[in-house]
Amino acid sequence: MAEYSVIGTSLAKVDAPERVTGKAVYGADLDLPGMLWAKLVRSPYAHARIKKIDTSKAKALPGVKAVITANDLPHLPKGATAPLVGEVSIDMSAIREIVMASDKARYHGQVVAAVAATDPFIAEEAAGLVEVLPVVEDVLQAMQPGTALVHEDLHTLEEATQEKSDQPSNIATHMVYTRGDVEAGFKEADVLIEKTYTTQMVHQGYLEPQACAARVEPSGKVTLWTSAQGHFTVRTQLVTLLGLPANQLNVIPMEIGGGFGGKALALFEPTAIVLAQKTSRPVKLVVSREEVLRATGPGAPAVITVKAGAKKDGKLTAISTTMRYDAGAFPGSPVSRGLLVGLAPYKLDNMLAEGFDVLTNKPRVQAYRAPGGTPAAFAVESLMDALAEEIGVDPLEFRQKNAAEEGDTLPLGMPLNRIGLTEMLGEIQKHSCWTTPLEGANRGRGLALGYWIGGSFTSSAEIKINPDATASIFVGTVDLTGTRTTILQMVADELQLDPTEITITVGDTDTAPFADLSGGSRITYTMSAAAHQASHDVLSQLRVRAAEKLKVSVDDVEYKQKRFWAKDDTQNEVSLADLARESVAWGSGPIIGKGSTTRMQPAHSYAAHVADVEIDPDTGKATILRYTCFQDVGKAINPMQVEGQIQGGAVQGIGWALNEEYIFDNGELKNASLLDYRCPVALDLPMIETVLTEVPASEGPYGLRGVGEVPIVPPGAALANAIYRATGKRLYELPMNPERVFWAIHGNGPNGTNGSGTNGSGRS
Amino acid sequence: MKQPIEMNINGEPHTTIVDTRTTLLDTLRYKLGFMGPKEGCGNGNCGACTVVLNGSVVNACLVFAVEAAGADVTTVEGVAAEGNLHPVQQAFIEHGGLQCGFCTPGFIMSAKALLERNPNPSEQEIRLAISGNLCRCTGYDKIVRSIQAASQALSQHA
Amino acid sequence: MHAFDYAAPQSLQEAVALLSEANGEARPLAGGTDLVTQMKENRRSLSLVVDIKRISELNVLSYTGSGLHIGAAVSCTKIASFDPASDHYPALAEACALVGSYQIQNRAGLGGNFCNAAPSADAVPPALSYGAALLLEGPNGRRELPAEYLFTGPGQTVLEKGEILVEIILPVPPPNSGAAYLRFIPREEMDIAVAGVGSFVQLSPDKQTCEQARITLAAVAPTPLRAKEAEAFLAGKTLDVTTIAQAGELAAQAASPISDVRGSATYRIELVKVLTRRTLTRALERTRG
Repeated sequence: MAEYSVIGTSLAKVDAPERVTGKAVYGADLDLPGMLWAKLVRSPYAHARIKKIDTSKAKALPGVKAVITANDLPHLPKGATAPLVGEVSIDMSAIREIVMASDKARYHGQVVAAVAATDPFIAEEAAGLVEVLPVVEDVLQAMQPGTALVHEDLHTLEEATQEKSDQPSNIATHMVYTRGDVEAGFKEADVLIEKTYTTQMVHQGYLEPQACAARVEPSGKVTLWTSAQGHFTVRTQLVTLLGLPANQLNVIPMEIGGGFGGKALALFEPTAIVLAQKTSRPVKLVVSREEVLRATGPGAPAVITVKAGAKKDGKLTAISTTMRYDAGAFPGSPVSRGLLVGLAPYKLDNMLAEGFDVLTNKPRVQAYRAPGGTPAAFAVESLMDALAEEIGVDPLEFRQKNAAEEGDTLPLGMPLNRIGLTEMLGEIQKHSCWTTPLEGANRGRGLALGYWIGGSFTSSAEIKINPDATASIFVGTVDLTGTRTTILQMVADELQLDPTEITITVGDTDTAPFADLSGGSRITYTMSAAAHQASHDVLSQLRVRAAEKLKVSVDDVEYKQKRFWAKDDTQNEVSLADLARESVAWGSGPIIGKGSTTRMQPAHSYAAHVADVEIDPDTGKATILRYTCFQDVGKAINPMQVEGQIQGGAVQGIGWALNEEYIFDNGELKNASLLDYRCPVALDLPMIETVLTEVPASEGPYGLRGVGEVPIVPPGAALANAIYRATGKRLYELPMNPERVFWAIHGNGPNGTNGSGTNGSGRS
Repeated sequence: MKQPIEMNINGEPHTTIVDTRTTLLDTLRYKLGFMGPKEGCGNGNCGACTVVLNGSVVNACLVFAVEAAGADVTTVEGVAAEGNLHPVQQAFIEHGGLQCGFCTPGFIMSAKALLERNPNPSEQEIRLAISGNLCRCTGYDKIVRSIQAASQALSQHA
Repeated sequence: MHAFDYAAPQSLQEAVALLSEANGEARPLAGGTDLVTQMKENRRSLSLVVDIKRISELNVLSYTGSGLHIGAAVSCTKIASFDPASDHYPALAEACALVGSYQIQNRAGLGGNFCNAAPSADAVPPALSYGAALLLEGPNGRRELPAEYLFTGPGQTVLEKGEILVEIILPVPPPNSGAAYLRFIPREEMDIAVAGVGSFVQLSPDKQTCEQARITLAAVAPTPLRAKEAEAFLAGKTLDVTTIAQAGELAAQAASPISDVRGSATYRIELVKVLTRRTLTRALERTRG
């Protein structure tokens, strides 16, 4: 493998100085001359038919410049779709309803109208005349025939046959994947365990509330500034939703204060644009934290049943699972990802994986870091821990005996290319976090695995060589996690330039090369191919020009350290500086290299977390004593950033495991603040240790794997298994907050709560 | 109700007219152009708006601008003296103490205030001092390490 | 948020006059960490806000022969870092360092903690356990009130229109006494107490028996609450493990919590038992210096 001098180093983030000085510009920081403030009016009911929305009072208020309802959005035929990524498309008629409800409010906080006013204090008033309908909140209740329907005209899609059910239902999709003979496998088993696990709705918790601003230029062209995770993706959605041609809409990406999947869709931008069109003034829309929590689209909850059997020697004989994921008010939960992530760490000779995408009167879920993965791994990895214990095999050894390998087939059907699961498990076996005995009362250690498939889709890069032999990289991929820096590192090594001689810019949709949204651990992976290709396009063009100068054939030109020379005559040389200067003086003109990729093989990433906890048996509170993350990263382009991704993802998973949850009362969120929606604070955590395994991925120039998603997958089960060893009690519901752990230990909780309930911890 | 107020911000006098309802945060951002402090929650639960008001770190989202009449205010924009980054800022850059950066201005203010009152804090003292600042990207590990590094750098300069 | 008038008087008399003569609802503003949030969320609609932080009498912080005097506008940070407070009233100083984050403690004060009258206020139980009194000034003059009589319900007090809390007075702790406050929260910081208990014990001169105990409960009743049966039970007893556990059971009987997003009523009752045991034990340790 090639020697690198920049790849593999912990280069400081190239955009860090702007961020530590407060100069980086985020969506809400925009202040345009004559700008109006938009406010959204939201449904106070979780399920209600909209008979009339009276906007006259709001319109009469001084300072109010426009009031719109769904009637003011362009008409869209039901079922109209827009491409999301690759061949995946999204139902834009559903997005239109989330942007602004037309006939029915299907969740508490759904937008029903919007106001643009000269001053943020001019209150919006939009009295509604509505007919309130029964609320469907619980996923199991939603699946029962006879329950109120979230959509009266929705019929269950049977994925295998593509047929629709006769009767309307709250089950949007039903899917089944089978392999081998599950029943025979269960018969073969010495030990068989079946359990049901429940997780609650959670939020991505990005610190920056969504913000966007729109301005209609004198020509009628629209300029849009947005905090979305993919400005080309937003443009594609707006082209369908608003009927604007792509060249009449320039989308400018702002710095983003975290997204984690929750800022992928154009849920606010259409409103800002329509208000700007109505008022002929720039309009800014910034949502409040309460709105963020209530109605921007949280991560999906699930009820998951897992049954697995193993022989005394530790071999799994069969596994079946039924995963029911709550999509909220519109179809599209990550249930198929749940099936994939939960089962992917294992060899699956006999398997049955069944999934339901279920509708309830809650906000439509959005992606959240490894979407669907955390609930699935909580269920499967908790059950595997119990199974290993029952047959008397060490939990690590049990995983090693059943670990998936290259060539095995993933649960939904794809063969695995090169993976590093076995190597990573070997690292655990010799690490002090596993080998050091955990002493002391009320303490326990837990292990759990995680998986993420790694995203692909379209990424592009352009590299310009400037006349002074510096380089400028231009990309269309929004930087959420430090990808400007990792892309720059790769280009620096390919062009053999110092990182300080390169700059990188994330351009707008008018000027940058196309890119799909940033998410799914896909940017550094796909950009490695695109940037490599663009770098070598630059070098090829330079070689041609060098060959002309050196009067040798292109194949005989060598390049190193900014100098080109003839293979057979090292004195016959020309500098990059000369070629760069001459490129704009005469001859062939500026050097612009291009690279892009649309479809790479998945670079599968596996992780394992080891957690040590201590439980206060009097209160049920868990303290994390030590937390270690193992991950096969393929190749760490920037180890400091890789560690940061792993630590951040693990802590989100820890929050999900221990305290974070949506608490609903008849469809209304009762904890819509960062006080009572409890993200971890610094004092809740120890240092998060990371151990990187580097087994190169099958594709891509450096063998790297995307690293961002998988760290959120294992914490639920790692902590559940640790809590079991500390208390002797298994918990079957997330979050394992102090009260749930307390009742698991002491029994006799309110409403029969004993840690295995499905409806909260006796809260009302 | 509108009132004129004067404040000393980052060492320079500023005068503006504010609605009594306007917070110090919105005044700094939208009246005076100091966009460094951010609004992450508006209720004092996230710390993204942290500024120094008359020598103490506060949530600017929970202070009415009229309360700050005549006050000395330091925002993150005032931390780098004459363009030289403060050792806390330098440490956050070098040790990966930020990812998306939205919470960073608040953390810089809290960390700087901590090191001014306690130049050699323990890990737990650091974690306590920044518990009013939420970060969702880093898991806090590299923020804690950045503050430890800044503490060392400052004590070497002292 | 609804529009309001704002005044920042320099004198107590002026503040009382402004508040008593206001049309509509008027409130004093100290740290504002509760009030501003309530106004932002339209839970409180005011016509007048009177900023009391510029009144010198409300910024007093002193320890004299009559005890600890804390002006109503003094921040939690100032109290927590005032040496006589941490030396003689450690339970109060520790509680002041628990109120929200460091940023919050720089604004919020004990005065606001009392006047906001949240059942979960962290700094109130230790103040009540130390036997705090409140000095009030209103249109009808000045009065002193035992602090526990301030509260009438969640967010409700006996303060009359125009009446302002001037200072909180904690008497000099008697010899052989000690106190402690603990609260339970799901995270390590930033949460509102699910339950809190402040305990104070005074031992006999030979330190063998308990002469007097005060146990104050937070977040388990409509107001901060003294657990009087538990207090009476402890008088004259030797504070051993069994006695302390029995006091915990009795304190739990005084609690009448609700179930909400922070915890169920039954869980809160269990927490009262635990926190009473732990604070009594800690207070007892403190009597030994």
